[in-house]
Amino acid sequence: MAGTLEVSLWRGGADGRYVGYEVPMRDSQTVLDVVTWVQRNADATLSYRFACRVGMCGSCAMTVNGRPRWTCRTHVSKVASDGKLKVGPLENLPVIKDLAADMRPFFEKWQQAQGRFAPSKTRTDPIERISPDSPARLAANAAIECINCGVCYAACDTVRWNPDYLGPAALNRAWTLVNDVRDAANVERLTAVAADSGCHACHSHQSCQEHCPVALNPTASIAGLKRKTAQAYLRGEIKP
Amino acid sequence: MNVRLYIWQRLTAALMVPLLLVHIAVIFYASRKGLSAADILARTRGSVSWALFYGVFVSAVAVHASIGLRTVLTEWTPLRGRTRDFAVIAFGLLLAVLGFRAVVAVVLP
Repeated sequence: MAGTLEVSLWRGGADGRYVGYEVPMRDSQTVLDVVTWVQRNADATLSYRFACRVGMCGSCAMTVNGRPRWTCRTHVSKVASDGKLKVGPLENLPVIKDLAADMRPFFEKWQQAQGRFAPSKTRTDPIERISPDSPARLAANAAIECINCGVCYAACDTVRWNPDYLGPAALNRAWTLVNDVRDAANVERLTAVAADSGCHACHSHQSCQEHCPVALNPTASIAGLKRKTAQAYLRGEIKP
Repeated sequence: MNVRLYIWQRLTAALMVPLLLVHIAVIFYASRKGLSAADILARTRGSVSWALFYGVFVSAVAVHASIGLRTVLTEWTPLRGRTRDFAVIAFGLLLAVLGFRAVVAVVLP
């Protein structure tokens, strides 16, 4: 494939601007390939983040022509409009420099939502038998493959309007643990996600589901948390 | 919105669905039958049923709208914490006062 792409990349911090580059078109070229080409051939000071390049690690998410995407698995031919590409850092997060967003608020909210496994047994106990067909395991499986890329967080209107909102990824993670029968911290977890700016702040716009690169449905997970927390509250198990 | 407010908002919404349908049906009935203000007052004055119906409706509206406004203020304004909560409680009380004033005006004999 011959020709040139007109590429605009965000340069600088929050007060930066888009800078134009001309990048040669290639067959099967990804947006990450384009960004890498600019850094290797046009400006070595360009900052961006990536690791695996195969859609496993969740490091390379950026805003591509207005939509948050995983750049390593996004083909230029599918997203470039008239040979033009505009790439910026993820939205709803502070900009460190150029295309690298500061992911700290995103991961701090995972901690706030108690998104870590709390073991209920020790290594001397026998391994718990969990039927793959049990409803709880099926619910956890449906949400478990999150790669922590931050695309849903950048796409979420509620995060944009309410910066305290825990966001789709952290709540989706909490939902997998709520459905893990081995976990011992569900009272704390349900209390955390039932507080102000927790799961009940979600408006079910479903942008997270629409944009999730691994086709998860965080809106469904959040709906599950709404039900679970409401039941727990009515039974007196948690207090808001 | 926390889980307590969520449950109140959903409960009042569920309560308002049948009340709203009856309310709209009553409006259609009154206008189609050409009822005058005097005809309507003749039906509502001294009626415990209409007092209960609209009393519950006004209460549900005041609670439901205040919780919704709290979310709107959180997302669209810098108001947070007690300032926001006092503002929505004042709004809810205003709705309740205006609503009950109207209910009293049509049901007191």
